Amino acid sequence: MPEYLVRLVQMHESFRKAELQALAELAGVEMDIVKYEEDSPFCILTLPSPAAAKALISRSILSLGIYSLWGHGTSYDLLHASTSQLSSHQWPAFQSTPFRFTVDSFRGTKTAMQQREIIESFSYMNFRGPIKMRDAAAEVFTVFEDYKEHAAELRYLYFGRLVGSSSRHLKTTYDLKKRHYISTTSMDAELALLTANMALAAPGKLFYDPFMGTGGFPIASAEFGAYAWGSDIDGRSIRGTGGSARKGQIGKRDVQGNFKQYGLEGRYLGGFVSDLTNTPLRIQSLQEDGSAVQGRSIGRGWLDGIICDPPYGVREGLKVLGSRAELSDLERSTHRDRYMESGYIPPKRPYSFTALLDDILAFAAETLVEGGRLSMWVPTANDEDVELVIPVNPRLRIMSVCVQRFNKWSRRLLTYRRLAEEEVLEEQGARDEGVMDEKGRENEVGRGAGANELNDFRRKYFEGFKEFERLRRDGSSPRPDGALVADQKGGWDSALRDVFGKGSST
Amino acid sequence: MKLLTLNFLTCAIKTCKTSPSSFPLHPQDSELEIVEADINVLFLRNMLPRLMWNELRLIVNELGLPSLPETAPDASSLLETKLQVPEGDTTGLNIEKIEVPSQVAKDLHRVLLETCIREGKLVCGNCGHEYKVMEGVANFLLPGHLV
Ligand SMILES: [Zn+2]
Repeated sequence: MPEYLVRLVQMHESFRKAELQALAELAGVEMDIVKYEEDSPFCILTLPSPAAAKALISRSILSLGIYSLWGHGTSYDLLHASTSQLSSHQWPAFQSTPFRFTVDSFRGTKTAMQQREIIESFSYMNFRGPIKMRDAAAEVFTVFEDYKEHAAELRYLYFGRLVGSSSRHLKTTYDLKKRHYISTTSMDAELALLTANMALAAPGKLFYDPFMGTGGFPIASAEFGAYAWGSDIDGRSIRGTGGSARKGQIGKRDVQGNFKQYGLEGRYLGGFVSDLTNTPLRIQSLQEDGSAVQGRSIGRGWLDGIICDPPYGVREGLKVLGSRAELSDLERSTHRDRYMESGYIPPKRPYSFTALLDDILAFAAETLVEGGRLSMWVPTANDEDVELVIPVNPRLRIMSVCVQRFNKWSRRLLTYRRLAEEEVLEEQGARDEGVMDEKGRENEVGRGAGANELNDFRRKYFEGFKEFERLRRDGSSPRPDGALVADQKGGWDSALRDVFGKGSST
Repeated sequence: MKLLTLNFLTCAIKTCKTSPSSFPLHPQDSELEIVEADINVLFLRNMLPRLMWNELRLIVNELGLPSLPETAPDASSLLETKLQVPEGDTTGLNIEKIEVPSQVAKDLHRVLLETCIREGKLVCGNCGHEYKVMEGVANFLLPGHLV
């Protein structure tokens, strides 16, 4: 199959391969990664056709474009030799078309004179068409230089013909600096769009964000053609606030207004106020054997994608509906009498982040269509620096784990695929026999962790769960070994008190 | 809130969800509005098999809107072919066949995506709990005595 060169951006490195894989699935094209290095923006793929290459990259956020690979090598002599060998049969087709040549030096700079020399060294291709530096219709040929970091030493050279451009310009279109309504927790536009790609947002699909805030993920999904719906425990974030804060903005600042700003209001299904632990959404309750629980099942999965950035509770403390302690009869009747009054505020209690993640996975398993995806952001560790395990659910297969590092912390984007029920049973069988299927192993390697490491995650996770159950029985103090951790400031203690309704000694 | 979304909403009370009568929620004292939007046949086709049709019909009747057919339309009925003169062609010799949304698709779009509840409440058929809808946003937060 023909080879193509992708010019990636040199940032969010651990997301780049996962994005390409997601986009290949979305475009329905068979793709193989021939060459990929974490510290290089150049990646070589095989794809069936230029049309497939164009379709693949058209949605990409972490690349600039895709090129038909016409030559490559470690020196200019080798690059020219390779170009003659790989692409000379294609030259005649471009002999009279308008074109331009560019030089893209990664970690290097070339003066205008040097660039000219490089371009002229390709004169043997004998292109005689007019040179158009700005014309969008002109063919673009690019020489790529890849230099070593902190060294003038040339690492590799590529030469290619531009086949398709990416969607990276959307990063600017959706820049938060220009968005009318945002909050301190809004995900930046680049990562929101990337998340929508990972979850395969596309025309005709239905997407949902259970922690929508000011609507960043629903907007990104709608940009890619999906119909987007969302909810938040805080009604004020959906309804927004009055007043005008941004230039060119008219009327109320709310999620609806953000959709309007981008001309996407036709694909906004609206927002509602709710808490995921008491969701009003239609769910199919599932038993271990895959059959629906009698009387609880309403329809099958109906969501194509769920994307979210669950509240970590670092800043404001993670809260769900409920009370810290059992309500007295008097309190209950007060709530009963007052809840329809306009100023009524339902009580909330702290909740463990780990428990919330399990709730999200269970919810995804119950609402996604087969093949539907869940993409969610999760911090790598809690605020006591204890590593959080990657949550698992028998009906969801982890597709990719991407890490974004900051100075003092890091977070992961976890993407899962809802399995078909037959696959659930197969995986169950494979687990019971202690063997992993090929796909599972590949995914584990793909995310930079060995099978043992992931199995260790699982083991710890389930041990943690057993521990949890044991604690629930005897109410004793937990062992803070990181197997199961609460993430808020109060740590284990307050979470436990609220989960079990009793104090725990430390 | 669009009527399509009502087809995916039940009572939020966990113990209530097990009862079939907690779905659909029944709109009461509703103030309706039409918010026009572009039709998207691909989306309608994808939603058809996910809809609980009888429950949708029930809601439509409760809101006093024109009744929907007894059975859900077939996906193939969402498009129809139309013959037209190609754009910019003045020769009168050419004709082209294009696919356009059918009346069925337009009606479905009108009901599911353009008919909205602006104010009112949604009532659970099992426990009677009422959820308020304000400015098109429904509130499903449960009061203290129900969590
Ligand atoms: Zn109810």
